[in-house]
Amino acid sequence: MRTTLSPESLDATDRLLINRLQDGLPLEHAPFAPLAREAGLTEPEVVDRITHLREIGAITRFGPFIDAEAMGGAFCLCAMAVPQERFDEVMTLVNARPEVAHNYERLHRLNMWFVLACEKPDQIAEAAARIEAETGLAVLRFPKMKEFFIGFRVEA
Amino acid sequence: MTLDATDRRILKATASGLPLTPHPFEEVARWLFLPEGEVIARMQAMQDDGVIRRVAVAPNHYALGLAANGMSVWDLDDAQAEALGARVGALSFVSHCYLRPRALPDWPYNLFAMLHGRTREEVEAKRAEVAALLGDACRSDDILYSTRILKKSGMRLAGEG
Repeated sequence: MRTTLSPESLDATDRLLINRLQDGLPLEHAPFAPLAREAGLTEPEVVDRITHLREIGAITRFGPFIDAEAMGGAFCLCAMAVPQERFDEVMTLVNARPEVAHNYERLHRLNMWFVLACEKPDQIAEAAARIEAETGLAVLRFPKMKEFFIGFRVEA
Repeated sequence: MTLDATDRRILKATASGLPLTPHPFEEVARWLFLPEGEVIARMQAMQDDGVIRRVAVAPNHYALGLAANGMSVWDLDDAQAEALGARVGALSFVSHCYLRPRALPDWPYNLFAMLHGRTREEVEAKRAEVAALLGDACRSDDILYSTRILKKSGMRLAGEG
């Protein structure tokens, strides 16, 4: 869903829950208990609220956030400068590769940005080379050297 | 960390989310015929090791009004890049923040930071905030707005075929 909810579709308690639930919950038998106390709700009421927030699309998911790289996968952001008249043809070739996890058109001379996702690191270079061979265009690779992943929260 | 078959079963079972009940780990344990304590202990070990970043909700940016975003990129002095990257990554409107290699001469930028706002004007204002934070350590910058999603497929778990 890419539309914005009307402000009155969330009350103050919903907003508190959305803001707090973006931080990690304790891994315990009753993970909602501290939040329920803070919000003045019972735990089943917290759960009902979260279910409702998911139904109206305010949140997309509740669960573990996985670092796929820590699980052994390999990922690499790549970019190509695709001539406008070849854009659709190249997009079809790139998207056909199963290693391409997502692909965005961006406003820049480097106008196609995609992520390669492979099981092993050496497969990244192979996948990039295959795309270069199929398209005749250079694939610039931007592997991550360091990740800073701390502060982002959507304030409801 | 080496994940064993039971760890992978837990990750696979919870990949689309935890059950919404007051005792979600008890429910996961029932699905997998494991004691609840073992599910919790294994998930805690994976979280301590960074395989699980956290157990939380994913907000819908668009529904909550953050309809605009841009990939800001910065050419930072290498000696200061790590320290400054950490400060940029800690900003509440920055979702993903990475140091990456330059691709000279085409691409002089080594810090990538995804900026979010309600409107493109707000994203530009945040870009100015980042520029002020970086000061003279930044030689040049740019921002790339996406115009189309060309492909979006879920990441598969390694080893899940």
